[in-house]
Amino acid sequence: MKFRFKTLASAAALLLATVSTSFAAGTIKIGGLFAVTGPPAFLGEPERNTAKMVVDNINKAGGIKGQKVELVVYDTAGDATKAVQMATKLIKDDKVVAIIGPSTTGETMAVIPVVEKEKIPLISCAAGSKITDPVKPYVFKTAQNDSLAVTKIYEYLQQHKQNKVAILTVSDGFGASGREQLKALAGKHGMQIVVDDTYGPKDTDMTSQLTKIRGSQAQALIVWGTNPGPAVIAKNAKQLGLKMPLFMSHGVSSKKFISLAGDAAEGIKLPSGKVIVSDVLPKNDPQKSALLTYVKDYQSHYKVEGDHFGGHAWDGVMLVKTAIEKGGATPEGIRNALEGIKDFHGIGGTFNFSANDHAGLTKDAFIMVEIRNKDWVIAK
Amino acid sequence: MKRELIKFMLFALCVLVAPLFFSGSYLMNVLVFVGIHTLLAVALNLLLGYAGQISLGHAAFFGLGAYGSGILTTTFSWNPWLAMVTVAVIVATMAFAIGFPILKLKGHYLAMATLGLGIIIFIVFNEWVDVTGGPSGFPGIPNLELGTLVFDSDLKNYYLVWSFVLGCVLLSVNLANSRIGRAFRAIHDAETAARVMGVNARLLKVQVFALSAMICAIAGSLYAHVMTFIAPPSFGFNISVELLTMVVIGGLGSIYGSFLGALLLTMLPEFLRFMHDYDIVFYGGLLMVMTIFMPGGLVRGIPELFRKLAGLKKGKGDAHA
Amino acid sequence: MELSHQLLQYLLSGLSTGAIYALIGIGFSIIYNATGIINFAQGEFVMLGGMMTLFLLEALHLPLWAAVPLAVCIVTLVGLGFERLAIRPLRNASPISLVIITIGGAILIRGLAMLIWDKDTHAIPPFSGDEPIMLAGATLLPQHLWILGITVVLISLNKWFFNHTISGKAMRACSYNPRAAGLVGVDVRRMVLLSFMISAAMGSLAGIIVAPLTMTAYDVGIMLGLKGFCAAIIGGMSSGLSTVIGGLILGVLESMGAGLISSGYKDAIAFIILLLILFIRPQGLFGKPESERV
Repeated sequence: MKFRFKTLASAAALLLATVSTSFAAGTIKIGGLFAVTGPPAFLGEPERNTAKMVVDNINKAGGIKGQKVELVVYDTAGDATKAVQMATKLIKDDKVVAIIGPSTTGETMAVIPVVEKEKIPLISCAAGSKITDPVKPYVFKTAQNDSLAVTKIYEYLQQHKQNKVAILTVSDGFGASGREQLKALAGKHGMQIVVDDTYGPKDTDMTSQLTKIRGSQAQALIVWGTNPGPAVIAKNAKQLGLKMPLFMSHGVSSKKFISLAGDAAEGIKLPSGKVIVSDVLPKNDPQKSALLTYVKDYQSHYKVEGDHFGGHAWDGVMLVKTAIEKGGATPEGIRNALEGIKDFHGIGGTFNFSANDHAGLTKDAFIMVEIRNKDWVIAK
Repeated sequence: MKRELIKFMLFALCVLVAPLFFSGSYLMNVLVFVGIHTLLAVALNLLLGYAGQISLGHAAFFGLGAYGSGILTTTFSWNPWLAMVTVAVIVATMAFAIGFPILKLKGHYLAMATLGLGIIIFIVFNEWVDVTGGPSGFPGIPNLELGTLVFDSDLKNYYLVWSFVLGCVLLSVNLANSRIGRAFRAIHDAETAARVMGVNARLLKVQVFALSAMICAIAGSLYAHVMTFIAPPSFGFNISVELLTMVVIGGLGSIYGSFLGALLLTMLPEFLRFMHDYDIVFYGGLLMVMTIFMPGGLVRGIPELFRKLAGLKKGKGDAHA
Repeated sequence: MELSHQLLQYLLSGLSTGAIYALIGIGFSIIYNATGIINFAQGEFVMLGGMMTLFLLEALHLPLWAAVPLAVCIVTLVGLGFERLAIRPLRNASPISLVIITIGGAILIRGLAMLIWDKDTHAIPPFSGDEPIMLAGATLLPQHLWILGITVVLISLNKWFFNHTISGKAMRACSYNPRAAGLVGVDVRRMVLLSFMISAAMGSLAGIIVAPLTMTAYDVGIMLGLKGFCAAIIGGMSSGLSTVIGGLILGVLESMGAGLISSGYKDAIAFIILLLILFIRPQGLFGKPESERV
């Protein structure tokens, strides 16, 4: 059997040798895997737009060390099988030196075996802690770990002397990861989870779960999901006259949530990346200049407000750029240089990578914000 | 019978030499999934095309195979081959048991019941977090091994999956031409008449349901070992619908048609990529146009197209079927 | 909070969700009875209703009372176009081909909606404010009353149409036996066209009245369509009261399941009960055993 594989492979290699020499010397090819369609399109679309914009800007400024950058983007539609196929295409056919994405934890987990085997650095835009825990040599991420967001909420509750919480999480990858962290970290912060409930990503009425929570001992409700579920919950909570304070995840930290939930959004608090409050951040915040540049660029490019999902791709491209400048435009060089990056002030936070930490952020990447008069303010 | 054999040999030859043209490229990877989809489509075709029973829940059996193999090999460190066989047998038995009440239903009630079954099983994958990993998925499934050969590259997986496809096609072709196959067709065309002729319609239907489920489970096991990571969305309702589409677009009741359907629908996104976001519109439009203009599916439509092109003379198109 | 108050809340929530399922389910049944087709594009009519209303409100700045009927009219035209372009050329095809073509149509409509509008979720303002109404310990929104009210009106209209108008009676005749209906002078093709138009209108209206509560996006049709389909099956594919009851049962089961047993498994609970109903009464909950439609 082994013999035949070899002959077949070498015959094929000959055939392909004539075809695949087409990629031009002098350009650096970077791959992008984003869920531009499908359920996670709210992540993939701003990520793709941002990545394209940043690469354009880099090329306008003369490229990386004089070499132009080419971004090859494929749509994964939020589907793990497709993500694996597209990752293979980027590596085998497009011969990229690094990949930014995919957008979701599930797709990233599916792609990891491929990039590890082919030794191509991957910078995921997904939040799941298990992407970089345990550390895999070629896998990095820019989205803040869910555990950091949970810690932020729990610390806020501790400050306000509340310790009985109800959690309501969406039953998809994002919600499942949040639920895991909410339960795992509760003890450490002296929290007691009195109701642990879920809802489906396409559910249209959550009054049943909220009625149950209203009848419980909970002092605060933490909702973990992405639009539109949390907006429905906010409206349902207002309908039921739920008195307890409502906390959301960073999954809804965009203006979209405020416009969906309307009046029901007032007073809701959530941990968010700093991008949505970039204009009111103190001047000495190290991220401030990167944040303002990103917000301004995105606004002028796409006529809509940039959000922190796009920021994950911004960080991804800029990290790869920094790594290429330091380590050269080879997969190995990029990987090694990434691991040495310190004090990189990006959109998601200040990154400090090391051999033991491929996520690179601390809980300072988040800030507690509150919705007041249809806008974000820093929560007290 | 001889014609069948020639057809099969031709098919096998194509499968064998395809890597000569695609090896090293990413199409090799796509062809692995074409193989898995072919297995599923052939399985559904046995049920739909031969026994005339619709199923809108076949992705569930696919998922049971994948999760079964994944859990047994990863959580319980079983031998993957043993796990594959065990899971296939369990799924077949389950399908056999549930087949009796479910296949008593007809038409849209059967569609509904299989749909419900599929959704229930999908919800279990999603909610039984301790066992299946829930919505975050199930990582770390090992590759299959045969002696010292580890199936860890696209080329190796290609030969692995396609040898299963060839086996399955051979089995199905034989089945279709056997006494049982004729009995199926009789049930399909006129169930009452078949019953009068002494065909135990009910038992046969349940048997083919179980066989079909078993092939799906095997395809699921292969998928799990090829991907090494599985998550619930790969086994949802839309996958069941996609399988149904493959079978109908390929041609009901034709084994090679199922292959063509699987090939077309798996490769289509590749050809449509240049259209960017418009591909989904084109995909929907193509489904409609093909159903209107090729009601017999690709397997009958292509030869007909050739005949028409050759000026109504009987063209070479037959060889493609 | 007392248990009885909670139960009332579950019941009310379930009824309003169920009313939507019922309207969608009736759409399924009307087309099924006229043509024998299970129209998988039914959910897309629901989506189009919501998205079209939103478009008329926001892009053209129409007032609500004008936007809603206009949206219903436009979606009805889409239903007409769908029948003309996709169904009529295929009148003699196998039922399974017809299922595939409606699936293709659903994908096409969804894709077009995504391109014409966008992939985002959008909110639609409620018809008359959002001050909660207290009702014996449970709360409702004015929109819930709109949903229940419009459902009752639509179902009465539907009943009147099928029992008291020539077209309605002709459609019923077609559903029993199209050939016989044709022989006595019923224009069967016109009835099929009419069935698609009525279904599209009902579906879109369902989509419009529910949108202020649930919001709308290009892909909301899939799940709502599926639930409506279930409602129709429980009701034995009738275009009358049994499908309404089917929808209400489904809605209440979901809501009670989420509140009392497990929110994660609530859909599974509904489907298990469905399967049991089908196993015990294969002809639907209210069907007569001998009326087996294949």
